Amino acid sequence: MTKRYWTFLPLVLFLFVVAFFWRGLSLDPHHLPSTRLGKPLPSFRMPLLYDPQTVLTPALLKGQTVLLNIWASWCEACIDEQLFMLQLAREGTIIYGLNYKDNNESAKQWLMEWGNPYKMVAEDMHGKVAIDLGVYGAPETFLIDSVGIIRYRHVGPLNASVWRTEFVPRIRQLEHKV
Amino acid sequence: MKQWLWLLLSMLISTSVFANTMYPFGTVQQDAQFNHLLRELRCLVCQNQDLVDSNAGLAKDLRDEVYQWVRSGKTDSEIIAFLTSRYGDFILFNPPVKAVTVLLWMGPALFLFMGFCVFWHSCHRRNGHD
Repeated sequence: MTKRYWTFLPLVLFLFVVAFFWRGLSLDPHHLPSTRLGKPLPSFRMPLLYDPQTVLTPALLKGQTVLLNIWASWCEACIDEQLFMLQLAREGTIIYGLNYKDNNESAKQWLMEWGNPYKMVAEDMHGKVAIDLGVYGAPETFLIDSVGIIRYRHVGPLNASVWRTEFVPRIRQLEHKV
Repeated sequence: MKQWLWLLLSMLISTSVFANTMYPFGTVQQDAQFNHLLRELRCLVCQNQDLVDSNAGLAKDLRDEVYQWVRSGKTDSEIIAFLTSRYGDFILFNPPVKAVTVLLWMGPALFLFMGFCVFWHSCHRRNGHD
């Protein structure tokens, strides 16, 4: 009787390996979970793109749910999301821009070309604030609640389906709490 | 052929000299700590390269940050704690032993044990038959 059980062992092992690889190979290592979720924004003082004398601080972002979008003029994928960003801004979403490792001139030129959906754009020329945020590429979009806690991070271009499935439910939940 | 080898060798040597002049340290210990740390840390953009090999912008920024921290006398564990709090355990090539990684660490021993069990069982059975 025990012999019959043993003949099934290879099949069981095979199924185990299939399940393992099925799960393992469907994970995308380029989409890392953010370790900053549920944590407050790091403290920063970034000069504004259009007014370098003024600085953007986390305190300015408080009071409402906002998006913080990391972009750069050298970032090809940022162009893909810009139309959707403009649409979001038109619909009333407040978006702040973090210009990541860019220079002032080309950033302004880029915004003129592709449109400016941002309430304010701050410059992180050396990527220091980005390191504090755990940013590893552009574009990335953070959802920040009204007290400045990071609630969600999306890596890659934002589009309507990501917005619907990942952002809208979280924003609803946040507004429900308030 | 020999000339090519010399050229290759001199190129290899020149890059290591170049790396040292880019990040000068006061003490040999700090230099060793810096080089050792960079080998432990993964570049998050080109994910199978460490911070020494990678030319990505982020890798350069992180190299500069690690350089500053090492110079200011921070320990390995302080630097690693900061980086994992920002980027997660993925930045380390050697993941720490945790509940989720225990299978990863114990897996080889577990499989060896299972193999041994099968081996022992089949030996036992064959002896029984004889």
